[in-house]
Amino acid sequence: MATDFTPWQSLGGGALIGLAAVLLMALHGRILGATGILGGVLRFADWQDWWLKAALLAGMALGPLVVVMLTGQTPQVQVPISNLAIVLGGVVVGVGVSYGGGCTSGHGVCGNARFSRRSMVATVTFMATAFATVYVTRHVMGV
Amino acid sequence: MRLVSALLIGVIFGIGIALSGMMNPAKVLNFFDLAGTWDPSLALVMGGALSVTIPGYWLVFRRPGPVQAPRFQLPDTRLIDRRLILGSATFGIGWGIAGFCPGGALPALGTGAPEAFLFVAALIGGLMLARALQARSQAPNPAI
Repeated sequence: MATDFTPWQSLGGGALIGLAAVLLMALHGRILGATGILGGVLRFADWQDWWLKAALLAGMALGPLVVVMLTGQTPQVQVPISNLAIVLGGVVVGVGVSYGGGCTSGHGVCGNARFSRRSMVATVTFMATAFATVYVTRHVMGV
Repeated sequence: MRLVSALLIGVIFGIGIALSGMMNPAKVLNFFDLAGTWDPSLALVMGGALSVTIPGYWLVFRRPGPVQAPRFQLPDTRLIDRRLILGSATFGIGWGIAGFCPGGALPALGTGAPEAFLFVAALIGGLMLARALQARSQAPNPAI
């Protein structure tokens, strides 16, 4: 399934992601990592921390609704793969981000912005295996 | 006020993810498909984000602390070990299979797309599995 190159939406969307990360650090002193936020909501140890992460998570899910209100269009979620692949990918991502200590937002956006060597190594690694995986599934296995 | 600002920050992040294309697995998978239907858009997402966070963090860290919390909470480990590399490599494989990463999938829940719910349920399963494995091996608990 081909998709259109959307340079301005992607650049602008990226800038908003960056703005959210800077505001979270300026106001709350936290790294904005989706893995850490979801992991924190699943851990019921510290209620102050739980509420902060639950509020962030609720806000994230409201984002697309605000886009619908402003533009009248629902953001596209096009899924060119099977439900089995979604579930398999989800479990593999969950194990990986837990051991790797973060994902695209935590390492890729926040960690790299503070020039963390760990985050740079993590980002290069997960980008490389994602490129390799898509090559194998699409051009070797032909999924 | 803490929770209100956190909610609004989440909304800004969610709008950014929605506009950028990160919640659209077709677009994400095409970014990784150099040999096929390549769509370079997502390179601009990380570029756009870093062009704000690099100067933004630089300004924020000149201040003694955050506005609504006592101190900055930054990861203190600098260890580049097998766990970081193998974990990140595993994450990339899953991202390449499903086309969703956690930051793309959580805001996608707001569209009501059933695949986003399926992915997030499986993601939670994977996080729990990793916690159970690490508890059994008596290693220190995972950071996340």
